[in-house]
Amino acid sequence: MRTGATAAQPHVLTALGDASRTAVIAFWLLLPLIGFETVTNINDQLILTTRFPLLAAFVAIAGAGRFVYSFSVAPWLARRALLAPKTAAPSRRDGLRKWLLPFGFGFVLVYPLIAIAAVGKVGAVKWIDNFGNQILIYVMLGLGLNIVVGLAGLLDLGYVAFYAVGAYSYALLAKTFGLTFWILLPLAGVLASFWGILLGFPVLRLRGDYLAIVTLAFGEIIRLIIINWVALTNGYAGIIGIPRPTLFGIPFDASDNGFAAVFGLEFSPVYRVTFLYYIVLALVLLTCFVTLRLRRLPIGRAWEALREDEIACRSLGINTTNAKLTAFAMGAMFAGFAGSFFAARESFISPESFTFIESATILSIVVLGGMGSQIGVALAAILLIGATEIMRQLDFLKHIFGPTFDPTQYRMLLVGLAMVLMMIWRPRGLITTRTPSVFLKERKVISADLVKEGRG
Amino acid sequence: MDYFVQQLINGITLGSIYGLIAIGYTMVFGIIGMVNFAHGDVFMVSAFIALIAFLILTAWLGISSIALALFVVLIVAMAFTSLINWVIERVAYRPLRGSFRLAPLISAIGMSIFLSNFVQVTQGPRNKSIPPMIQGEFVLLNRDNFPVTLSYKQLIIWGATAALLAAFWYLVAKTPLGRAQRACEQDQKMAALVGVNVDFTISMTFVIAAALAAVAGTMYLMYYGVVTFSDGFVPGVKAFTAAVLGGIGSLPGAVVGGLLIGLIETLWSAYFSIDYKDVAAFSVLAITLIFLPQGLFGRPDVEKV
Repeated sequence: MRTGATAAQPHVLTALGDASRTAVIAFWLLLPLIGFETVTNINDQLILTTRFPLLAAFVAIAGAGRFVYSFSVAPWLARRALLAPKTAAPSRRDGLRKWLLPFGFGFVLVYPLIAIAAVGKVGAVKWIDNFGNQILIYVMLGLGLNIVVGLAGLLDLGYVAFYAVGAYSYALLAKTFGLTFWILLPLAGVLASFWGILLGFPVLRLRGDYLAIVTLAFGEIIRLIIINWVALTNGYAGIIGIPRPTLFGIPFDASDNGFAAVFGLEFSPVYRVTFLYYIVLALVLLTCFVTLRLRRLPIGRAWEALREDEIACRSLGINTTNAKLTAFAMGAMFAGFAGSFFAARESFISPESFTFIESATILSIVVLGGMGSQIGVALAAILLIGATEIMRQLDFLKHIFGPTFDPTQYRMLLVGLAMVLMMIWRPRGLITTRTPSVFLKERKVISADLVKEGRG
Repeated sequence: MDYFVQQLINGITLGSIYGLIAIGYTMVFGIIGMVNFAHGDVFMVSAFIALIAFLILTAWLGISSIALALFVVLIVAMAFTSLINWVIERVAYRPLRGSFRLAPLISAIGMSIFLSNFVQVTQGPRNKSIPPMIQGEFVLLNRDNFPVTLSYKQLIIWGATAALLAAFWYLVAKTPLGRAQRACEQDQKMAALVGVNVDFTISMTFVIAAALAAVAGTMYLMYYGVVTFSDGFVPGVKAFTAAVLGGIGSLPGAVVGGLLIGLIETLWSAYFSIDYKDVAAFSVLAITLIFLPQGLFGRPDVEKV
């Protein structure tokens, strides 16, 4: 104990040495891309400009950060590692969890009403549509991918393909055959899950990382086909004028038999977005509920067993082929639902919405949320998508950093960084504690340490 | 026939670039069993470094000899890219050794997103194009007014690829470092017990992989004369396809796979449909992994508890 404490004693010179080494590395690391900028001038020629003050600032930040780390954070961590008792599970957090869920659920349920009450009907459209509906679509995609990645442990990098299948199924069938949203929603899910099985079938024998790359290839193939099969999908231009969902045949438009007219209300788009909000909320809750129930069925247990150890699974006689295929199909089905809702909400779709970046965003929602945790997925989606939308609204930053400053361009940069940091610090995500799906007498929350070892 | 020969020349050129990137995938996979998803973006970053170095040399220092400029650009790009990949390995992959199976892959995906967006933020999202560095070509055949040409650019790419592969083969086969790498590939714990510095060897693997990617990046810039922040993704996946096709872990396999993918892509564009050329390459990846997961030169993957 005593020796450990002295060994961890900070030393200014060591810390300074560390800091200067870091600064030197940071200088050479950032010199080409931050020190110089390639700009196209008026004559359409590429010229170089320098940004040495910016480079110096970054190097100084790196050096100072390293100094603080070596001088105070590292010794503190070392001391804490020596002192910290191994038994954890604070009860305060359990209490928080108990309250968080009903409170969050209640808030989500009345969110549109709060928005209308707070900013009026006109202002609320933005809050309900951009925040509520968009975040809920991503929550749903996250929950769907969570089945594949979080429960079954199959890394799917082409998840957006099923989202695209759902969206295009709805758009094409609705426009060609005039079928309504309520018929096409389940149909889109079925079609997407059919594609899930179709794509899942050949890749079953593959190991985790190979599987990831092949699903990525499949995702790209589907996107390229959508782009190039212009006769069917109208290519890059996309499909416009996709019909919106109706309430038992009552459309949400300004016409005489529209929702507002029938109920004797003044027309406002806020009714439509609120209606959409409750549709997607219902879909999210359905996804949650189905996943929860599935986890208790033999197939859900098989998924989680598969995630932990495939060989052990096979030795115990679990049909891994069926388990993997159903995971793929279930995940794809929810992506299909989300896709058809997306098409109905936007009323316009194009291949731009289904790029790899989208897959990566959904994956990062699952990873940040803690693979397997549903509340975690919801929180991560709110954090990630909500933060992007909020960044769009932050006009005051333009006054600080100049008029060309656009905070949204840093979004994916931060997402990438967050994925790396998450893997290093909390590989099992924000919500690390999990309720086990099997328990003997009483329900116990498994502490983060054990989950990390793969026992959750 | 002449058309075919011309496509063959173009395909081999493209294939050389893919082969150089593919070696990076195959080496890293061989030694730590991880798909380095960010490798394509390391390649893209190296093309940007080459672009900046080229502009400094020609526009600021006024070097007029293209051969000298190209040589210096190559060295600079290799040095900086190696440093970047070394830091990436230290920061994003080393702490994850011994973590759960998918952790390094997810970290690499994050790193890939980070790199491409970092370049987008720092250098802007537009295409960066430079005037052609090298012009001129040999006319090999000229029948029916269809000249089959081999441009100087293509010749340089062939030459540089061949020379670097030879140097690289020597490094892996004959030097102590190469021996340490092969030892780590077989059994890291055992290699550590007999005195191989495993951490250093893995770091050096990333450095070599990055250096070869930088050669590919410089050649890419010289050949096409244009680069953007998103240029790492598709070549990265294609080079990975090449590595898988050749048998991941096998170095000659990566080169052969690269050449095959280059040829498939070029011939597909020439004879079928240029719109679907990426579909062709991605399909090759899927088909190989499904029917021939060990690739052309790889050992079958034995799963152990």
